[in-house]
Amino acid sequence: MGKTIAEKILSAKSGVDAYAGDIIVAQVDLAFVQDTTGSLTVRQFKAAGFKKLAKNIKGAVFLDHGAPSQSRELSNDHILLRQFSRETGAFLSDVGDGICHQIVAERFAKPGDLIVGSDSHTVTAGGLGAFACGMGSSDVAMAFGLGKTWFRMPESYKIEVSGKFTAGVNAKDLIIYLIGQIGADGATYKSLEFGGPGVKNITVAQRLTISNMAVEAGAKVGLFPADVLTEKFLVERGRSDDYKPLIADQDAVYERTIKINLSKLVPMVSKPHTVDNVATARELNGTKIQQVFIGTCTNGRLEDLEIVAGILKGKHRHPDTRLVIVPASREILLTAIRLGYIQSIIEAGGLILPPGCGACLGLHQGVIGDGEACLSTANRNFKGRMGSAEGLVYLSSPATAAVSAIKGEITDPREYL
Amino acid sequence: MLTGRAFKFGDDISTDLIIPGKYSYLRSNLPELAKHVMEDADTTFVSRVKEGDFIVGGNNFGLGSSREHAPLVIKMAGVKAILAKSVARIFFRNAINLGLPVLICNTDEIYDGDVLEIDLKAGIINDTTNGKKLTFGKIPEVMLHILDEGGLLPYIEKHGDFKL
Repeated sequence: MGKTIAEKILSAKSGVDAYAGDIIVAQVDLAFVQDTTGSLTVRQFKAAGFKKLAKNIKGAVFLDHGAPSQSRELSNDHILLRQFSRETGAFLSDVGDGICHQIVAERFAKPGDLIVGSDSHTVTAGGLGAFACGMGSSDVAMAFGLGKTWFRMPESYKIEVSGKFTAGVNAKDLIIYLIGQIGADGATYKSLEFGGPGVKNITVAQRLTISNMAVEAGAKVGLFPADVLTEKFLVERGRSDDYKPLIADQDAVYERTIKINLSKLVPMVSKPHTVDNVATARELNGTKIQQVFIGTCTNGRLEDLEIVAGILKGKHRHPDTRLVIVPASREILLTAIRLGYIQSIIEAGGLILPPGCGACLGLHQGVIGDGEACLSTANRNFKGRMGSAEGLVYLSSPATAAVSAIKGEITDPREYL
Repeated sequence: MLTGRAFKFGDDISTDLIIPGKYSYLRSNLPELAKHVMEDADTTFVSRVKEGDFIVGGNNFGLGSSREHAPLVIKMAGVKAILAKSVARIFFRNAINLGLPVLICNTDEIYDGDVLEIDLKAGIINDTTNGKKLTFGKIPEVMLHILDEGGLLPYIEKHGDFKL
């Protein structure tokens, strides 16, 4: 019987010919924590009596959610995590290096890998064909020590895409549209597997955006096949050995197939307070916003900053709308400086924060006030998400966000391109 | 047999409603963190909840972050089980890993303040306030074993590995 991408990876990692519904124990290639979930992981790891990482596993620690730390308490957690890295040899990505999911994509993830991280957006690496799955601190602690964890093989939904994005529309609009269609629990426990002739028209950066938000439909993973674009991404980073093609079998079994024509998509927005509360940007034209927040593991990549800088160049943000921009990694920030994107953004009244998660989770660096509305390129808009339960968070693509920053209100970007 | 009061919440109770990300800096100071449990869903919850009570949600309980601190602060509040129509994947796994049962059932007819008796082994919820009996879905066997040991840490301490 043919296999989905999820079934291929988990079968290879478990040594069992496994299909949807099977419970298996699989060898993990990479396990990682970040600075808000890592302290509990380290304590559970030690409580279980582990001293070293399992031999088969690569471990990593990312200090990105509070980068740099906003408090004494979090700084103490950073001390604990740096110490853990020294003791175990786990890779340390310190404050300023960037967001865990971006660094994982740039340096570690490869097609066919099994990755677990104590952050729900670990799914991002599915854009490179890795079975990458968010888990809690205890699960990752045991994966660090044992080099494996248990899985229930997910059923897969095939998202079959055709066509090409039109001007002003991209990956973010696709994933918001899809979540609007199936709901915030529409793919709970499932693997979302993207395929079809349109996949070749979705860049790796955009695939990472789409996979990143698979969890917002409840999915366990969001998987793309590994193809020539994946190879190019890895080769450009000196990682040609990490490439191998990975596609689903022709006769793989899917629980559901959803067809999306990229050419027909329009700019989309998630309204407060759930990601599946969607509207077209045009429907929300005129909604006043006090802050635009561009960045995060969803949309802080170079391609995103290129779009944003292109729109902002020679223009200025609306006087009533703050513009906060966070590149997802040091590599992205450096390249964006070299290419002049950062200059364009700052001249347009934008504020650049150090690579990291910024205000996405409401911890620091751009937290909104009561009654304020923020248009964000992040992945979540739950009540209280950006620090105030009285605040409103809308989600959009970088193009919609940048045009809206100039107008001071939510604006369909196609009208200004 | 577990006996306690129901604290009823609606659909889509996210991990940000359970324990907001703005308190991430308190995650190594659990007693302080726990003071904010369910804060953005119900500011009075923390002062009213008692040892043995239950949280009753609707659809997609616990969606969002992988923060294990969400079920952890619920457990620290004395809650003995979460009842919901459906639960988000990571939250479910995290709760079981902490030894906190999540029971999937039709919660429509459980109201705030109802007194529930729950027989985990028999799979029966008795709402003593309205006299209705509910059954809940089976917890997958691998998770039941982890739950029976009191969570993932005691499970691994006892077995040294995953035993399927």
